[in-house]
Amino acid sequence: MIKQISIFATNKPGQVVKVTDALSQENIDIRAMCVADTQDFGIIRLIVNNTQKAKDALSSHKCIVQITNVVGIKIADKPGSTKQALEILSKNGINIDYMYAFVTKSKEYAYFVMRVENPEEAEKVLSENGVELVTQEEVENI
Amino acid sequence: MERYYSPEVETASREKITEIQTKNLIEQVKHVYENVPLYRERMDEKGLKPEDIKCLDDLKKLPFTSKQDLRDTYPYGMFAVPMEEVTRIHASSGTTGKQIVVGYTDGDLDIWDTCCARQLVATGATKEDKVHVSYGYGLFTGGLGLHGGSQKLGCTTIPVSSGNTARQLTIMQDFGSTILGATPSYAMYLGESAEKAGIDTKKLPLKVGIFGAEPWTEEMRQKIEKSLNIKAYDIYGLTEICGPGVAYECSEQKGMHVNEDHFIIEIINPETGEPVPDGEKGEIVFSSITKKAFPLLRFRTKDIGVITHEKCACGRTFVRMSKPLGRVDDMLIVRGVNLFPSQIETVLLKENHSPNYQIVVDRSGSLDTIEVNIEMNDEHFSDKPSDIIKMEKSLENEFKSALGIKPKVNLVSPDTIPRSEGKAVRVVDKRHVYDSK
Repeated sequence: MIKQISIFATNKPGQVVKVTDALSQENIDIRAMCVADTQDFGIIRLIVNNTQKAKDALSSHKCIVQITNVVGIKIADKPGSTKQALEILSKNGINIDYMYAFVTKSKEYAYFVMRVENPEEAEKVLSENGVELVTQEEVENI
Repeated sequence: MERYYSPEVETASREKITEIQTKNLIEQVKHVYENVPLYRERMDEKGLKPEDIKCLDDLKKLPFTSKQDLRDTYPYGMFAVPMEEVTRIHASSGTTGKQIVVGYTDGDLDIWDTCCARQLVATGATKEDKVHVSYGYGLFTGGLGLHGGSQKLGCTTIPVSSGNTARQLTIMQDFGSTILGATPSYAMYLGESAEKAGIDTKKLPLKVGIFGAEPWTEEMRQKIEKSLNIKAYDIYGLTEICGPGVAYECSEQKGMHVNEDHFIIEIINPETGEPVPDGEKGEIVFSSITKKAFPLLRFRTKDIGVITHEKCACGRTFVRMSKPLGRVDDMLIVRGVNLFPSQIETVLLKENHSPNYQIVVDRSGSLDTIEVNIEMNDEHFSDKPSDIIKMEKSLENEFKSALGIKPKVNLVSPDTIPRSEGKAVRVVDKRHVYDSK
């Protein structure tokens, strides 16, 4: 299981800068980032190397912040492997609210972050079917 | 045992109060007739001489004063003493057009301080108290007004002024503030910030809040009392009449006692100008009958309120006025529907949303549009956009049933709603931008 930070942002220039500025002041490393937007507001989602410190930094900059548990998986960086992993979830009736990918210096693996209703259950199903999970510790030390 | 700052007048009989008011009114009318050209002209037009004012009932013969009159005589046209006697100037924020400039003599400041000291004593304050003034200091009357009352009573006065919330909280903890003076919206914010900072307000010596300068609701009072662990009192005032302290709440909290030895309150029908009886809503009108530098006769506040002469259990005999129930001019008419910002606030507090909101009224073609921007808070934030959109829709429906009109609701990041002098800007009406005036 991985901790993800979500930040509420009104659609106007400078919001992402404000967030990244707050984090850089505290020397926090961003591992992955994804911005979801609607017509009027956006949600900035981040995986960082120190979740609690990041939350405190953002809160003190008057950001509205929430920490959520998401599932992280690590798959071989080759065609077809994403499909394999996702099929396991769909066969078990697990719906993905959203997901995003990120890569690291490692050439063999691609990483995915996904938000599901019940992360414990998703992790169980994935790992039983041989998909490698990513832990919080691992993300922090990439 | 109830204590009073000026027991001889605060608990005087109605006959005695009438006697004081009559004497002060007669002197004041003479003073303004002799020294303020606008009043002399208006009285001459009506064929009125100062000698014609013999009793309180004659007050209604006198002309009204409007905010426009004060703008027309900007800056010093209504001053009734030579400038060398004026020792202080204040001004209203002037969000609509020119600022209103008001002056005080030393004697006027003493009257003002006395009025605020009465408020403090009515909350139980003694010399032992530490009064933390978070109202803005400057031309705005809030800061220096309460400050003066606190000094007069002999409290330890902490002139913090507004802003820098973290510092406010530190001072509150380290200096041991026992009484807080602030705008109610700022008090709400202080409460939220204390909670966020992990400060247990139950452990603070703070026990009383004196809040005014903007409209607030009973729901807000309950929230502030809970979050800051205090008893919250309402204070009423307006720059034109003197600033905070025109009327003050006692421990009964059933209306605010008007400092009747210095100010006469009337409630009138805003359309006809005729007085309405006790208990009936109307426009609040004030006359200042002792202040010398900037005396006003029958000033129309545009605040809507109710008064009662019923006996108050606190022992004070001064007439009580309700909280302003709205503004004659703050009333928005959107697609033919009358609405007050306080109605929006009531819905927000009921639904546990932030009371920091802004109403934006505009016109698209011939149709009025209304949007309500509300600050998102931690409690309502969800990582899923669909949840937030659902929340916006549900608020729209709540407003529809409360107001009879459906606004578009936008949840926005904190601090996107502008504040001026600690007062949130509640209404932006873009429809009048192109008016010729």
